[in-house]
Amino acid sequence: MSTVSLAAARPAPLARVGGRATGLLAATGLLGIVCLASLAVGSKAVPLRDVLDAFFAYDAGSDAHAIVRDLRVPRTVLGVLVGGGLGAAGALMQGVTRNPLAEPGILGVNAGAALAVVLAIQFAGASSIVVYAAVALVGAAGASVLVFALGGTARSGPTPVRLALAGAVLTTLLTSLTSAVLVFDASTLDEFRFWAVGSLAGRDPQVVLSVLPFIGSGLVIAFSCARSLDALALGDDVARGLGHDVARARLIAGAGFVLLAGGAVAAAGPIAFVGLAVPHLARAAVGPDHRWVIPYSVVLGAAMLLASDVVGRVIARPAEVQAGVVAAVVGVPVFLWIVRRGRTVGL
Amino acid sequence: MRRHLVLRGGGASVRVELRPLLVTTVLAVSALVLTVATVALGEYRVAPGEVLASLLGAGHGATDFIVLDLRLPRALCALLAGAALGLAGGLFQQVTRNALVSPDIVGVASGASLAAVALIVLGSTTGPVAIPLAALGGALVSGVALYALAWRGGIDGYRIVLVGIGLNALLQAGTSYVLTQGRIFEVSEAYVWLVGTVNARGWEHVLPLAFALAVLAPTALVLARRLDALGLGDDVARGLGVGIERTRLGLLAVAVALTGVAVSAVGPVGFVAFLAPHLARRLTRTASSQALLPAAAGCGAVLVLVSDLAGRLLFAPTEVPVGLLTSIVAAPYFLLLLRRANRIGVAG
Repeated sequence: MSTVSLAAARPAPLARVGGRATGLLAATGLLGIVCLASLAVGSKAVPLRDVLDAFFAYDAGSDAHAIVRDLRVPRTVLGVLVGGGLGAAGALMQGVTRNPLAEPGILGVNAGAALAVVLAIQFAGASSIVVYAAVALVGAAGASVLVFALGGTARSGPTPVRLALAGAVLTTLLTSLTSAVLVFDASTLDEFRFWAVGSLAGRDPQVVLSVLPFIGSGLVIAFSCARSLDALALGDDVARGLGHDVARARLIAGAGFVLLAGGAVAAAGPIAFVGLAVPHLARAAVGPDHRWVIPYSVVLGAAMLLASDVVGRVIARPAEVQAGVVAAVVGVPVFLWIVRRGRTVGL
Repeated sequence: MRRHLVLRGGGASVRVELRPLLVTTVLAVSALVLTVATVALGEYRVAPGEVLASLLGAGHGATDFIVLDLRLPRALCALLAGAALGLAGGLFQQVTRNALVSPDIVGVASGASLAAVALIVLGSTTGPVAIPLAALGGALVSGVALYALAWRGGIDGYRIVLVGIGLNALLQAGTSYVLTQGRIFEVSEAYVWLVGTVNARGWEHVLPLAFALAVLAPTALVLARRLDALGLGDDVARGLGVGIERTRLGLLAVAVALTGVAVSAVGPVGFVAFLAPHLARRLTRTASSQALLPAAAGCGAVLVLVSDLAGRLLFAPTEVPVGLLTSIVAAPYFLLLLRRANRIGVAG
């Protein structure tokens, strides 16, 4: 891949370890505030005191407590899981492919999930989020296995360019098959168009529980990959010289990516921008060291998606704007500002 | 085997790589044959002789109508839009030096899509003129926005890609949102437009395309010479006397305009702009943009023509929109190439 590496014009602002740790703490604090907002804000506003009471002094007769515990807690947990998962997935894939375009859709994960959902609506009459989540997970896994099989059969293991190309090509192929169903069937399109924007609304607590193991194990793998991703960034030869098994490192990172991105798309539908932008923001803050980029990506991704969800609940009352849309509308200007300031760190 | 052809005359000489020349010639001939086939084949078959007769003005009334008014504009639309998209994709990939870039990824096609879909779903006038104009306007506006937002004392390949994917995410989110807003009848119509089709295209679609290509394609080829110098790095290019920023601006403007006219005529037919340059690269095995771009245009044209022909003939009487078939036709072939490269261990 002939991606031009562009060294940061200035050193990353949080270059020292102390600065990085403080920054991570601050980001986590921000996430905490967003979580509280997510519990309090909605079509019925709940005062913060009642939010806290819902946990520490639960009153079974209170509507506000019921809303917080039964509706908003699952939604908030889901936002943190999906946002954090997308952030980590993006960081993993950008690290593995060393391409700034890499995002959770890149290995065909979203396209596979979309095709599975459309087929389930079309041929099995599926219309519940729980069913969508299950089939989306199967579709996502199937697509990414196919991408690894097509792009990674060389003796040297999967190389970034081949994986990215195989993923991009399979994505368009699966998207065409999805469109082929939708062009000829307006009623399936009518169901699908609401799934396809990406949203946290109306997800069953069961959805949260069923994607938790995938995103959780994906996060563990992501954190364990940091050192080998740093080595891969130096080029395959140097990484080998440092004693890393390049092919194995890529496969492990790829598996972590599939768990994270698959879990996220299953739970919330395809949300493109969070996984794409957050790793760039993280690198802009802490530089290219994956031991910091990955945790930052998790926390910032969770904060960004959840904040988008909260904003979407209030800007178009009584309707809601889906988190996937808000994330792009709010996130893109921030992203462009950072890109223009020359703070992006090349891969 | 000789790999170059050197043409000398009048004290000047031009060196032409043989293989790309051969590949481009074969592609051009295939595109012409496919164009004739598109005119001849269909529910009502016209013999090749009658096609020729109609083209030369010696046909009968009914055949003339089918050939000249129905099928020829459609075939030319597919040919020209495919060539424009292939060329645009090649320009974007060569300028940014990133193999994953295409006008679909940096937001140019998405700008056209958002404008057209918003008009179809939310607007009240959806005439045959309004939608192409909206699409062209959307593409040009997002192209200008892309350049303006990526400009910072110059254009850098890495930055323009990042700005482009940001812009693309915003525009696509907008399109998804608009699709959730309207009634399903309009949404369905918008969705078909989003897939891309050459069905029911007339001369009013062909003429702007032909005019634009006649201006833009030669411009692209002239500028491509300097693109090869850019590939050596900005400093070397400057040393060779290339106005770097003006060259990049010119190339990107041509690529955006090509995308705009193609998308406004046939919709955002996916995959062609991305794939055509890759196919051309593998077929021509050339490092020179000037040799690569004509082949990319040829691959784009052949790809769209084959897909349209398949969409009309394979599932008759149902017509499958061409945008659905471009990737279904070409993706397996591309994946096969990728696998073969894997086996013999050639880098992607």
